[in-house]
Amino acid sequence: METLVCNGLSKTYGTVKALDHVDLKLEEGKIIGLLGPNGSGKTTLIKLASRLLVPSEGNVTICGLEPGPETKAMVSYLPDRNYLPDWMRTKDLVKMYQDFYGDFDVERAQEMLNSLGIDYDMPLKKMSKGTKEKVQLILTMSRHAKLYLLDEPIAGVDPAARDYILKTIISNYDETATVLISTHLIADVENILDEAIFLKEGKVVLHQNVDELRDTTGKSVDEYFREVFKC
Amino acid sequence: MGWKFSDDTPIYLQIIEEVKTDIVSGKYKTGDKLPAVRDLAYDAGVNPNTVQRAYAELERQGLVQSERTSGRFVSIDDEKIEELRKDLSDFYIRELFRRLRDLGMDDKKIRDVLSKWRDE
Repeated sequence: METLVCNGLSKTYGTVKALDHVDLKLEEGKIIGLLGPNGSGKTTLIKLASRLLVPSEGNVTICGLEPGPETKAMVSYLPDRNYLPDWMRTKDLVKMYQDFYGDFDVERAQEMLNSLGIDYDMPLKKMSKGTKEKVQLILTMSRHAKLYLLDEPIAGVDPAARDYILKTIISNYDETATVLISTHLIADVENILDEAIFLKEGKVVLHQNVDELRDTTGKSVDEYFREVFKC
Repeated sequence: MGWKFSDDTPIYLQIIEEVKTDIVSGKYKTGDKLPAVRDLAYDAGVNPNTVQRAYAELERQGLVQSERTSGRFVSIDDEKIEELRKDLSDFYIRELFRRLRDLGMDDKKIRDVLSKWRDE
């Protein structure tokens, strides 16, 4: 079954075409990389899917539904910036997620927070960047969602924290969910991907299974990306 | 993160080779249970579907049997292990010859250095 479908999806800001007639079908059970250089439209696509933006043309559906309150209940979204009030302590955040999302698995979240030795009384603003990212990812992945939209989940954190984040993604999504990860740190994520999407100036230039890509090109996704997006 | 993979080959093929090597070396014996898909995916740092694909292929090749509820088990007789060992060693030898020829060595020269290397 398809979790996310885009039909001729376009978004224009003034005269800038951020997304230009994107057609995509993302199936359940897959981890998919949304890959492209800065400004290629990755965040715009994710924001359209989470209804933070409305399309200029075309449409996007999640499990067959137009984005709205119903789809928000199925979509777990991790924005590319800190979006939570920084005075909140870990325990406040857990409580808030519990209140907001019916699919939030508090035991799962606590298990992960405990294994990292996170201090429940520490406010976000006192945490290191890596810890902050980890806490936000744990909250995002502790929902039993149909679609996870992770916008740059590993940007700006050290390699050990990256490994932790990627392993958390692998071990927490289930077979009926889809995970869409946007990033330009391709070498770090490519081993956990089923499929790669290359976005270039708002257009999809490639959408392929990563093992097939390696097979046909004899290159890693990272190498192939460097070739396609050579400056 | 996890295992090291080379860039030019699909990851599921590299996992298959890893498991085959473990079988030939005796790390996995007939009747041994393979790690669960999720566990191996976690350790190797790869997508669970990739491990699933590797396991399915090992099953197709008759090296592994799956029991519906309890997991996947190595199922192989000595003859087949020998066959597998030959396949893998053929591959490495072919690779060795290819690389040495790339260095401009002819087959006689390769044989000479190999026997010299063994003696040392």
